[in-house]
Amino acid sequence: MSALLEVEELQVSFGRTAAVRGASFRVAKGETHCLVGESGCGKSVSALAVMNLLARGGQRSAKRMSFAGTDLTSLSDREMARLRGNRMAMIFQEPMTSLNPAFTIGSQMAEVLTRHKGGSRAAALDRAAELMGRVGITAPGMRLGQFPHQLSGGLRQRVMIAMALMCDPELLIADEPTTALDVTVQAQILRLLASLKREFGLSILLITHDLGIVARVADHVSVMYAGEVVERAPTAELFRAPQHPYTRGLLSCVPVPGRVQRDKPLGSIPGIVPAIGAGFAGCAFRSRCAHANETCTRAIPRRPMGDAHDYLCRLEPGWAELQPA
Amino acid sequence: MTAAIEVKNLRCEFRVRTGLMAAEKRVIAVDDVTFSVPAGSVLGVVGESGCGKSTLARMILGLLKPTAGTVLVDGKRLFDLDRKARARLIQPVFQDPFASLNPRRRIKDIVALPLEAQGAFSRAEIDRRVGGILERVGLSAAMGERMPAQLSGGQRQRAAIARALVLEPRIVICDEPTSALDVSVQAQILNLLADLRRDLGLTYLFISHNLAVVEHVASEVAVMYLGRIVERNETDALFRAPAHPYTQALLESVLTPEPGRGVPDIGLGDIMPDPSNIPPGCRFNPRCRIAVERCRHEAPARMVRPPQGMVECHLA
Ligand SMILES: Nc1ncnc2c1ncn2[C@@H]1O[C@H](COP(=O)(O)OP(=O)(O)OP(=O)(O)O)[C@@H](O)[C@H]1O
Ligand SMILES: Nc1ncnc2c1ncn2[C@@H]1O[C@H](COP(=O)(O)OP(=O)(O)O)[C@@H](O)[C@H]1O
Ligand code: SF4
Ligand code: SF4
Ligand SMILES: [Mg+2]
Ligand SMILES: [Mg+2]
Repeated sequence: MSALLEVEELQVSFGRTAAVRGASFRVAKGETHCLVGESGCGKSVSALAVMNLLARGGQRSAKRMSFAGTDLTSLSDREMARLRGNRMAMIFQEPMTSLNPAFTIGSQMAEVLTRHKGGSRAAALDRAAELMGRVGITAPGMRLGQFPHQLSGGLRQRVMIAMALMCDPELLIADEPTTALDVTVQAQILRLLASLKREFGLSILLITHDLGIVARVADHVSVMYAGEVVERAPTAELFRAPQHPYTRGLLSCVPVPGRVQRDKPLGSIPGIVPAIGAGFAGCAFRSRCAHANETCTRAIPRRPMGDAHDYLCRLEPGWAELQPA
Repeated sequence: MTAAIEVKNLRCEFRVRTGLMAAEKRVIAVDDVTFSVPAGSVLGVVGESGCGKSTLARMILGLLKPTAGTVLVDGKRLFDLDRKARARLIQPVFQDPFASLNPRRRIKDIVALPLEAQGAFSRAEIDRRVGGILERVGLSAAMGERMPAQLSGGQRQRAAIARALVLEPRIVICDEPTSALDVSVQAQILNLLADLRRDLGLTYLFISHNLAVVEHVASEVAVMYLGRIVERNETDALFRAPAHPYTQALLESVLTPEPGRGVPDIGLGDIMPDPSNIPPGCRFNPRCRIAVERCRHEAPARMVRPPQGMVECHLA
């Protein structure tokens, strides 16, 4: 499948902190690609770097960063602004941060369309109402006249999704879109995203820390740790044959209902994510890895393992099957 | 044997004004809650945001006076005990360890505070106990010298647990103790809480919105909806055969890491529960898939549910 978004060896730093250290991932046309990892591993910063929305002081560079064949690093700020909200749109964990409390939902949604595509405000409001219906908001007419604080968290996230769809984007970047929501509402929003992907032919880059979400919605997965993508695989493959010790550790930490053994401890990863400065060499996971040895302080190879599956570790493919149980 | 926690017909009402001119509204945060937690066991409490879990916890801790009903902790009414005696009996661990630790004090001083407040321990005894509990929760002496901002989220939660346990209380109220943590750290903290309970014979009330976590830690589970416990039972029974449609929906919405299964259709609609506007009849009826006419005007009675539980639903 051809890639819609391709990111190769992305580096982002804030002063002396290296937030993203050579992350590579690609989002194919029409797929949901999950970027998964624990807090601070660089998921949001990677997405913001793609959108050129990094906070002040953030420096990005990449060997390659292209969207639908366009080299994103060569675009001017104006050209990038034209792409954003138009051909690629982004939604965030807390919708309130991207909704203006002083304006009605309707005027904020209409503004997105008129800014990018022109046309009348009335036509834009019609499209807003139509999309609100599409994302499962009942009585859109009434909602258009309301202010953000008058909506529940789940409704606000639906509004954000509808707003992101105003200009018919090809790529939707969703950064933890359900993390602040109750599980029942989360299920509704994730179903909505899946149906939009089908109907609008959207590609979705979904950022999450939740492996349950990954399993249920992703086509492909990139696992991040300390600013690097340490393993990439088709979803079923990642869960069937995870190779990177971090991926394996992460999977063992998740309590699974119905498979709980209450008198046994959960699997866990000892220690904490180390602070990593510029000039760090070798595997960033080594302070927590049971398989670390001194080779892990040197450059680590990316090991291919069949179709679209690779990982960053000194251990050879299939090593885990050779482990004593 | 007296129960560690015994709660009877507990109710909490708040009066809130949404604007200067707006009429006063009555928020019923907890409504007629009754249960008891045997010593040494863990009661898990689950439910959506705003259903009254933290309000219940604050009443049990004696931080909030109930509008009606009684709370007995180890057979005693907390309001009859002084602060010091209360602190030796029951302690909280909250979600956000950062907000609950004084940012300007060293970890070991924060952990020592409950001992100092008792006014009954020598400096040497305080140091000995603080050192012991820090080690027990997996923090080195060097960590004890640090300020909260210099610790990771998981380390801060360990410090909060150390502070809660330093007086050797019998009962710990955990309100979303791992919700702010990453899964790998959550697993560390859940394992620690399990070890401590076993070794020290503690009783927990364990609040979480994560059903998988509750299944892992709890011996019994109570499901709250709009201030009421709508179902309660032994953990295995509740997870195997949930009786209340809301419990069923909650369980279905857990996304287990099983690829290819997609996201289930929970079918709860988009009407959000509002504790200042509780529907007549069964309070769950506007969202219930199987509601019948009766549910719209008659509140379901509390019915026994084997082996140990209860449920409030006309059709259960
Ligand atoms: N001091 C207060 N004044 C007015 N209303 C309150 C107060 N404290 C809580 N409430 C209301 O009582 C209800 C229950 O709140 P509570 O904090 O117990 O919910 P919760 O179940 O702990 O939710 P969460 O999962 O979000 O922590 C909510 O509607 C809340 O807004
Ligand atoms: N504006 C900023 N200034 C300095 N450091 C930042 C900034 N934004 C993010 N970082 C750092 O970059 C790293 C990655 O952050 P982020 O991408 O937000 O993580 P997450 O994977 O949780 O989304 C973290 O160490 C974070 O502290
Ligand atoms: S490279 Fe070494 S330290 Fe890193 S994950 Fe592989 S074995 Fe562990
Ligand atoms: S009493 Fe009726 S509305 Fe309430 S949960 Fe049972 S079936 Fe649903
Ligand atoms: Mg983030
Ligand atoms: Mg709460």
